[in-house]
Formats: sequence, structure tokens, C-alpha cells
Amino acid sequence: MAGKTVGVLALQGDYERHLRALESAGAHPVEVRTAAELAAVDALVLPGGESTTMLKLLHREGLFEPLAAFGQQKPIFGTCAGAILLATTVTSPEQESLGLVDIAVQRNAYGRQLDSRVVTLPSALGDLEAVFIRAPIIRAVGPAVNVLATYNDDPVLVEQGRHLVATFHPELTVDPRVHAYFLTKL
Amino acid sequence: MILNEEYRLKVGLAEMLKGGVIMDVVTPEQAVIAERAGACAVMALERVPSDIRRDGGVARMSHISLIRGIMDAVSIPVMAKARIGHFVEARVLEALAVDYIDESEVLTPADEENHIDKRDFKVPFVCGARNLGEALRRIGEGAAMIRTKGEAGSGNIVEAVRHMRTIVKEMRQLTVLGPEELMAEAKKHQAPFELIEWVAKHGKLPVPNFSAGGVATPADAALVMQLGAEAVFVGSGIFKSENPELFAKAVVKATTYYKDPVKVMEACEEIGESKAMLGLEISKIAEGELMQTRGW
Repeated sequence: MAGKTVGVLALQGDYERHLRALESAGAHPVEVRTAAELAAVDALVLPGGESTTMLKLLHREGLFEPLAAFGQQKPIFGTCAGAILLATTVTSPEQESLGLVDIAVQRNAYGRQLDSRVVTLPSALGDLEAVFIRAPIIRAVGPAVNVLATYNDDPVLVEQGRHLVATFHPELTVDPRVHAYFLTKL
Repeated sequence: MILNEEYRLKVGLAEMLKGGVIMDVVTPEQAVIAERAGACAVMALERVPSDIRRDGGVARMSHISLIRGIMDAVSIPVMAKARIGHFVEARVLEALAVDYIDESEVLTPADEENHIDKRDFKVPFVCGARNLGEALRRIGEGAAMIRTKGEAGSGNIVEAVRHMRTIVKEMRQLTVLGPEELMAEAKKHQAPFELIEWVAKHGKLPVPNFSAGGVATPADAALVMQLGAEAVFVGSGIFKSENPELFAKAVVKATTYYKDPVKVMEACEEIGESKAMLGLEISKIAEGELMQTRGW
């Protein structure tokens, strides 16, 4: 990881929390809003927020294709909205995605804000506090996907090669282990 | 500082809205336009503030059928307004399962002394504030997001600027004081002592701080972001403009790229020649008709 730069997509959402989480995991993160800024980083975090908002800005600002190409070479970690952007299939409603991780994701699958929750989950990284906010559910995973944690039998933390996906928000806790694990992929 | 699980979830959703634009909509069709333009949430209401101001009379919580229609039309979070102190309207909105309740000065207050005890709700609340004391009193009552009030429905950014500058300045001033000076500050701001201490230590509010009340152009949105807002509420500014679709997209872009003058210029250019809402000079609004002075 030494000498490498991690970016956080800063179009909308809780990117600031990811910047802080990456710092506490030992990285020196930067905000990414343009294709030029994307080209300068070695790995990228797609934060929580509204996936529709991010998707629209990615297209309007000419970032969608560069980001898809980036993912062919370099690690991406997506949380919540970021998980939706990385998936191959998105439902409720259907929407376009980068198709970098072979998962089928249903948006807002637990319900509205009243159904948001904090739970403690066993995972391959040890017990994790998982904050779900209007979270998606991963309904299916492809053969190349490795499940690191489940909640109610649904995968909530998965990896596929260099990419990592969480449907919850490790950036909203003080525990840097998930971010530290992502950094081992650099 | 209350930091139990429920409160973290409430603040958590506000974190997800950061860097985004929350737009007032009065029909499901407008909600769809807002979502397509890239709004990160919508505020469902019957009349935008400028119409409330024009019509006069008592402004209340919107009809359930209207809010429900908007919730069904979009996949982004939906907020709705309750009158200040009207905890039953708030309970009704909670039963409807809106994602956020705005205890709002835009509606006619139901209680001229007390706000809603928001700690007791599962749905998170946003409240308006004009200064640090007001913000911390609302947080003390359980608000999980603060928005500066500005002057709703005015299309004039001057009050939003005044309130954001005031809160940021008052927070900055606390950070240079010694611990023995903070009780006097709590007295001065009429705010809970623990929250004064928290702000003195961190230099920011313990919940996200958004801006509202007067944003009418992409440049207005970028201005309040540069002054310290973490997201922007746009009330009348979108759907009272000549071309709501263009304005909505341009305000979203200017909010994301608020630090980049070239991108903000592009956003301003995207609206072409279409006119922003006309707007009001604040001094021409009769004192009794100001919305920002509602709230205690």
C-alpha cells in the first residue's frame, strides 16, 4: 500500500465518513469528482448515498465509462449505494450499473427509514457492527463471489477478486477493519 | 450527547444525503422530475413556500394521499413537514413511514413555546435554525439534522447566507475558549451545556448541517456549500423557475462541484436563458409575514 493513493467518489453521499475511515485504517485518501482525479488514484471507494443521484452525475460528467474501465484494473470498494453501482443486476426499480461484481441487488429491500437498523454480525473479519440504512439486499451471487458475512441468510459483505462490497456502512462505525481489509487488495 | 443506536440511524440517513439537493415537490410528477434530475431526496408538500406566502391562511401538514402518491412515485427518500409543536401531525407522518420529518417554520406553528420532543420518535427529524443556540436546542430535543432557515419562499439568498455565517462563526468562536468559559457560553446561547462542549471540541455540529430558504440558482447552491452547508434544500427555487427540469439538474451539478468555478459556470450555462423565480426583497416582507422568526 505504501505510496499508493486511495480515492473516494465524492459526487454525493457520506464520502467524508469514508475519508475518515480510510485515514484511521492508515491510508491518505483523496476526493474524486472528475475523470482526471480518477486517473490519479490506485483504488476507489464508492460511498453510501443515493445511487440514482450518483448514476446521473456519473453519466452527465462523463465518468461512467472511465469508472467501468478503472474497475477492470484496480480495486473498488462499494458500500450501500456503492454496492448497487457495482452490481451486475439492480431491481426495484431496475437501473443501470457498472457490472463489476457478479451480484443481483434489490434496492431499499428492507423498507423505508423506519426499517433501518444496527446489528452485530459474525464475519470472516470477526464480529462486525453493521449499520443498515435504507439498505439493499443481495438476492443472488455468481460463482466468482466470495461471501464474507450474511444477515438473515442474505450476503451483506462480499468480495470478487480485487473488489469488495458491503450493503451496510462500516464508515459509520469507529471500527476500521473492513476498510483495512480493502487496503490489503491494493 | 445521545448516541444510542436509534439516534445513529437517524443521523446516518442525514449522512447519506450530504453533498446532495433535497427538492420541494407538490405532485408525484414533480417528484419524478426531481429524481431524474438527481435530487437525493424530495420534500412532499401541498404548496411550495412562495405559494403559502401568497395564499396566506393557516399552512398545515399535507394530505396523506398526496404524500403517499409521492412516496410511491420515487425510490429516493421522501420527507414531509409537520407544524412546529404539532406532535400529532408528526405521529401521523411517522405512521405513514416517511423517511424524515421537517418540523418546519414554513407551516403555521401549532405551539408558540414548545417544539416536538423528537427523541421519542423512530423517524428522524430535521429542524431549522438561525443561530447556534437555536440549532443546539433543536438537537437537544432530538433533531438529527439541522438546516439553516434562510427565508423560505423568498428566492433571496441573503438570509440563508446570514444564518450559515452566524452558525459557522459561533461554532468557530467556541473552539478557542477554555473549558471554564463554556458554561457562560451555554447561558448566552441558551443551549444545553453538553452540546456547547461538544461543539467547542469538534468545531462543528454533532449532526449534519444543511442550508435552506432562498436558494434560487446554481450559484446560490454553490455559495451556501462554500459557506459550510453539507447539502442544500431547494423549496420554491426549482418548480417556480421557468424551466424546472433544467434548474433541477443545474442545481444538482453546482452542489456537487461547488468548489470548482468552471463546473459551476457550466451549471449556470445549462439553464440557458430561462428565468429563476422572481424573488422578494426581505425588507419588503412585512415583519409578521417572515417565516424565519417562527421557532423558539
